[in-house]
Amino acid sequence: MTAKPVAVTVTNVDKIFRSRKGAEVHALSDVSLEVAAGEFISLIGPSGCGKSTLMRLVADLDGITSGEITVFGKTPEKARKDQDYGIAFQQAGLLPWRSVRANIELPLEIHGWEPRDRKERSDELLELIGLADFADHKPDQLSGGMKQRVAIARSLAERPRLLLMDEPFGALDEITREHMQNELVALCQETGAAVIFVTHSIPEAVFLSDRVVVMSPRPGRITEVIDLDFSSRDEELREDAAFYEGVTAVRNALHGGETAGARGVENR
Amino acid sequence: MNAGSTARTLLAPVVLGAAAIALWQLLVVAFQVEPFLVPSPSGIAGAFADTASGIMEASLATGLNALIGLLIGAVLGIFVAIIANALTFLDRMLVPLVAALAVIPIVALAPIFYAMFGAAAETGRQLVAAVAVFVPMYLNTLHGLRQVEPVHRDLMRSYAATKEQTNRMLLIPGAIPYVLTGLKIGSSLAVISALIAEYFGGPAKGLGRAITSSAAASNYTVAWAYVLGAVLLGTVFYGVTAALESFSHRHRSGT
Amino acid sequence: MSKRAAAVLWGIAGVIAALAIWEIYKALGPDEGVVIGDVTVLPRTTDIAMPHTWDVLARLFEPVTRAAGADVLWWAVLQAAAFSLGIAALGWLIGVTFGLGIALLMQRWITAESAILPWVVLSQTVPLIAIAPLVRRWGSEITIGSFQWENWMSVAVIASYLAFFPVAVSALRGLKSPPSADTDLFRAYSASWWTTLRKLRLPSSVPYLIPALRLAAANAVVGTVVAEVSIGLGGGIGRMIIEFAATASGDPAKTYAPILGAVLIGLVSAGLVALIGVGLRRYTRGGAPA
Repeated sequence: MTAKPVAVTVTNVDKIFRSRKGAEVHALSDVSLEVAAGEFISLIGPSGCGKSTLMRLVADLDGITSGEITVFGKTPEKARKDQDYGIAFQQAGLLPWRSVRANIELPLEIHGWEPRDRKERSDELLELIGLADFADHKPDQLSGGMKQRVAIARSLAERPRLLLMDEPFGALDEITREHMQNELVALCQETGAAVIFVTHSIPEAVFLSDRVVVMSPRPGRITEVIDLDFSSRDEELREDAAFYEGVTAVRNALHGGETAGARGVENR
Repeated sequence: MNAGSTARTLLAPVVLGAAAIALWQLLVVAFQVEPFLVPSPSGIAGAFADTASGIMEASLATGLNALIGLLIGAVLGIFVAIIANALTFLDRMLVPLVAALAVIPIVALAPIFYAMFGAAAETGRQLVAAVAVFVPMYLNTLHGLRQVEPVHRDLMRSYAATKEQTNRMLLIPGAIPYVLTGLKIGSSLAVISALIAEYFGGPAKGLGRAITSSAAASNYTVAWAYVLGAVLLGTVFYGVTAALESFSHRHRSGT
Repeated sequence: MSKRAAAVLWGIAGVIAALAIWEIYKALGPDEGVVIGDVTVLPRTTDIAMPHTWDVLARLFEPVTRAAGADVLWWAVLQAAAFSLGIAALGWLIGVTFGLGIALLMQRWITAESAILPWVVLSQTVPLIAIAPLVRRWGSEITIGSFQWENWMSVAVIASYLAFFPVAVSALRGLKSPPSADTDLFRAYSASWWTTLRKLRLPSSVPYLIPALRLAAANAVVGTVVAEVSIGLGGGIGRMIIEFAATASGDPAKTYAPILGAVLIGLVSAGLVALIGVGLRRYTRGGAPA
């Protein structure tokens, strides 16, 4: 792994939120993590463990309190300004007055692409997500899964080498969700981008990731990192014994090393 | 069930309106109510037909003032709101001034405007309408500009979009439905203010002056006919802006 | 706390800035205003059109007229303001009562809603205040037994009429605001309409009602001032504005005194309604509706 070039490094990062009344929330405590280029990393943990916060720090949506983060060797701010990453959230966050195509083109428009180049790129992306027939539809005419696909296409628009995804499938039903996971695997193989993927679903994390980073709350910190090495990621993997081993390992890590087969963790 | 509910939403108000007018007519005739209290609907309708050209002329005069006031107030309201949204200190400085404007009877400013711009010109009355329109336009636009969803704000930040780009691509388009709601509220206020400003003096050829002078001459039925003209004028203003608003709302729902 | 202090300071700065702009324009602007074509686009700056702000303030502490025994101006304005505020308050009370009643009626019977609501909405948008000059003759003409209709009653009626609409519309929206999960719950308890109203619908309507009450107060004030002018009822702010405006050329600063009085009525009425809002605060925890 050390041989590969590094996409993101997180070194001894602390994040403390101060509320208006002066109360402090220790969102992240002494977190260190390294993400290699092309690697798929999931951050998993109960709510309040700081997994979204960690992703937002990498994206420079919030600032760190102490420690250091680099994205492709730059500060997060520089990386954001250079558009080194694409981002997707739990809410698709499409602009309701723009068509599907115009939503995908939004980042290109902001960064001054020529209309012709924009159209070319959005054509490719529409093809990629299988929504070419819906290019001129408005977001309110799409289903939840379709909206999320558009949001992912938008995050891929500038061919980023890093994708940041904050529970992008969290609001979808189980069937759509598995379908989207399959698509995401294919997309990642195609683009070779590194991914930091925030989720609270164990099977989702296991199915998608090269490594699952398990976090725990108060203060938010990394408790365990689980390596997964599946030869292929397809529908068969979901039935595979190796997959269930991975699920069990992550579940045990979440429960702080309790006995295998612990119940009660959200398992979808 | 469906046919029944459609019939109810369409028929019920019509039946109620017709019944109210019929009852009004009946009471006026049965009790021989004098016109200076309330004239009969048929009397008003007759007077309306007789003075149609005069009512039209007066409606145009008041309507033009209202329209100019609406445009000035709307443009100013939107413009100031966009600036106040960008410059926090301006927003804070405007708070007490807008709060005062929101609660005071704007038409009371009419005599001041007449002194400033001359009572003979229409400017004073247009400005009364403009100030009345400014308040809901400003407040609605500002509200709309602040209705940004956090996910959209994060997105624009992740794109390192400039303030100008965020304004143009996110905030202003997002505020449009709110602006149109403000315009709808403002359209009614513009007509009402332009008309009432005529009660506060200055020569005017609009509806307000026609109503007062007809009443002063004891032509109560004619005065009511002018009131009917005012009602129609207000309905036109409201109808157009309400149609605009519902059109824009229909084209955006869900994110 | 310091945040609130900052807001107050910025607000004061805003008022001072507005006054400064007034004085600067008065000092620099041409006497005849800025005229483009035939239209005066910026106001005249003579003392008659734009008196000095300090003159307006100073004028408040001089007598109303030169006649012996005349009240000092601020006191006269305050009395007129109190008179108008009283009528507006009465109109507000009547209007709010009727508005709530109609809203309940519309909530109870859906046919009533379909029949009445379009008219309520339409009337709200229509300059029906235009009838104000027409009720002038009502005073002294209507007598029922020993009861004599007075002009101030006409003013109160017009004020109540303007106060009525926002309350009716918003109260209906508020009464209908509980989600079906809540109404289903009450249905499952087989609660009566009355119980559902008291325990669920009325409390849920509070966040909708408070802005409506404020709007109703502002409307009642406007209605009172305008009706005073057009009906010719003396003693209030409306009539005072017209009377003082007539003498503006000789005493321009005086014109502004009753207008300050109108501002005062507006602020006081808004403040009183805000107090009602504070009293009902525990019903607004869900946040204000859009």
